[in-house]
Amino acid sequence: MITGFGVAVAVSAAVVAVWAFVSAARGREPGRALLGALGVVEALLVAQLVIGIVLLISGDRPHSMVTYLAYLVGSLVILPVGTVWALAERSRSSTVILGVACLAIPVMVERIHQIWGAGNG
Amino acid sequence: MADQDAQRTAATGPGRILVVVYGIFALAATSRAAVQISTKWHEAPLAYTLSAVAAVIYIVATVALARRGETSFRLAVAAVGIELLGVLVVGTLSVFDQEAFPDATVWSGYGQGYLFIPLVLPIIGLLWLRRTARR
Repeated sequence: MITGFGVAVAVSAAVVAVWAFVSAARGREPGRALLGALGVVEALLVAQLVIGIVLLISGDRPHSMVTYLAYLVGSLVILPVGTVWALAERSRSSTVILGVACLAIPVMVERIHQIWGAGNG
Repeated sequence: MADQDAQRTAATGPGRILVVVYGIFALAATSRAAVQISTKWHEAPLAYTLSAVAAVIYIVATVALARRGETSFRLAVAAVGIELLGVLVVGTLSVFDQEAFPDATVWSGYGQGYLFIPLVLPIIGLLWLRRTARR
């Protein structure tokens, strides 16, 4: 797995999370800019899935294939589901929800890299 | 008022944040249990069974908290109550009998592997449900 890219995904998600929490503390509902930033993080996660699949095709193997794929695909679900849930009832709580969803991303990315690394040292 | 009661829901305002945190724990606990049971079941059957039980409770709690109505409300109270009991019992067992828990479950060490969120979450959950009941 490409560590640098994983770090970039995790850091960008963390930055968006902080942004969401600050914005919620100021009593704001989720704005377009924040939702756009979430879109960017999601795009990075899609890129990570593509990189993961390319690595598999090129012959590298993670410690546990099923777990690896489950986490790769699972990481894509969190932000869209979180966003739908957040926007169903708009308030400053929606902004917090987006922040919480973003916080889950670095954990997922870390797990993906752990599962990949366990087989490849 | 009866109409409002029928529509009683914990999933409004800050309660919606609670649902998301539960949802993430449902995801985390389920994937953890699935990995443990599918790859190394024989190493610690007790711990991994509890992992699976924890996962089911988080899923039930998430859905029950998110849905409207009296049945969902009662189910949520039950699930969150069992969750609190679970984290206390498993947390205590894992401290005193490390043999049975060589590999962490979500509730081991009172959830220390997850920043103690598993311990705090059911307490906040029950407080929120009590508030919902009074509204």
